[in-house]
Amino acid sequence: MTRTDVLEALTHVMDPEIPTLSLVDMGVITGVTVAEDGSVRVTMTPTFVGCPAIDVMRSEAEAAVRAIGVEKVTVEVNFDEPWTTNRLTEHGRQMLLKHGLAPPEPFDTTVELHLDVLNNTACPYCGSRNTTMKSPFGPTLCRSLHYCNACQQAFEGFKPV
Amino acid sequence: MSTATQRLILRMADDELILAHRHSEWTGMGPLLEEDIAFSSIAQDKLGHAQALYQILHDQFEAPVPDAQAFGRNEATFTCCQFVELPNGEYDFSLVRHFLFDTAEYLRYGMLGKSTVEPLAKLARKVHGELKYHLYHAQTWIIQLSSQGTEESKARMQTALNEAWPYALGMFDPKDDDAALSADGVFPGEQALEDAWRASVADICAKATLVVPTDTAAMLGGRKGFHTEYLQPMLDEMTEVYRIDPSAEW
Repeated sequence: MTRTDVLEALTHVMDPEIPTLSLVDMGVITGVTVAEDGSVRVTMTPTFVGCPAIDVMRSEAEAAVRAIGVEKVTVEVNFDEPWTTNRLTEHGRQMLLKHGLAPPEPFDTTVELHLDVLNNTACPYCGSRNTTMKSPFGPTLCRSLHYCNACQQAFEGFKPV
Repeated sequence: MSTATQRLILRMADDELILAHRHSEWTGMGPLLEEDIAFSSIAQDKLGHAQALYQILHDQFEAPVPDAQAFGRNEATFTCCQFVELPNGEYDFSLVRHFLFDTAEYLRYGMLGKSTVEPLAKLARKVHGELKYHLYHAQTWIIQLSSQGTEESKARMQTALNEAWPYALGMFDPKDDDAALSADGVFPGEQALEDAWRASVADICAKATLVVPTDTAAMLGGRKGFHTEYLQPMLDEMTEVYRIDPSAEW
C-alpha cells in the first residue's frame, strides 16, 4: 500500500454538503503517511472550525482507507495547516461549477483579503461578472449568496477564506 | 488552581458559547431571510470556536470533555461577561452587540495568532479568516442603518449603542492577568485589546455618523461568576436535553 493508493481511495469520499466534491479536491487532506508496518495516518483540517460535516468526513475517510485493505488507520483532525480556499484543486473548482456553485477566486494569503472581491463573483450559469453579493452567509458556512444581473439568476458561491 | 492562560481560554470559550446561543435565537425569527441565515451562520461559527477552545482546555489542562464543560456546569462557574448573556431585544440591539463583540473578537484572534500557546495560536490563525465575514456583515449593516438609513433607524442604532456600551466595556475584564499573559507571550492583554477595539469602533462609528458613547462604569462581575438575571433561564433551556442523559451518544 502506497501513499498514492491511499490518496486515490480518498478521492472517492465526497463532501456530504457538496456531493460533487471529494475531500482531496477540497484540499482538506493535509497529510498522508504510510508507516513501515503498513499502518496509515491521515491528517485533515476543517473548512470552517464549526463545520458540522467534519465528523462524517473523518469517519468516511477512515472507512475508505480500510476498504482498500489497510488494517490500522488513524485519521486526525487538526489546525496545523489551516484550510484556505486556495487549497481547492483545479478539478475541485470544476466540480463546484458543475454543482452550480461559483468557485472562490484564488487570492494572495500574505495580504489581507478584501471582501469587495465577492461583489463581482463570476456567475456559474452564464459567466458574467455583472453580479451582486446579496449576503456573505448562505445555506452552509462556506457559501455566500449572489445575484447575476446579466442572466437574472440567484446563485451561491464558495466564499474565499 | 487555574493559570492565567486557562482563565483566558475559558472566558473566551464561555463568551463564544453564550453569544452563539443568543444568536441562534434568531433562527427562524430574523427580520429578513438573509439576516436569519446570517445570524444562524454566525451562531454556528461561534459554537465551533467555543468547542475548539474547550477542546484545548481538555487536551492541555485536564478539563472535562467539551460537552461537559458547555452543558454540565452551573451558572456561578461560567466566566462569560454579562454583555453576551443579555437577551437579544430588538434587532438593533442584536446587531450592535454583534458589531461590538466581533470587532473585539477579530482583534483578539489577530493578537493570539502570535501566542506562545501553540494550539491556541493555530486555532486563532484559522478563526481570524472566518471572522472577517462576521465583521464585514456587522459593519455593512451598522453603516447601512445609520449614515445610509432613515432618521428612525439611525436613532435606534444610536440608542442601542448607548445601552450596549457599559456592558461592552465588560468584555475586557479582568486586567489583573495582563502582566502575566504578556510576559509569557500568551496574549498582549485585555488593556491592549481594549485600546485597539476603541480605535476600530470609533472608525466605523465615524463612517456611520454614530456618536461613540461617553464611558460610564463598565458592567463587570461576569468573569467572577456574578451574572444577570438572564443567564440562568438561558442555561436551563440550553442544557435541558443534555441533562436528561449526559452520557447519551449522538
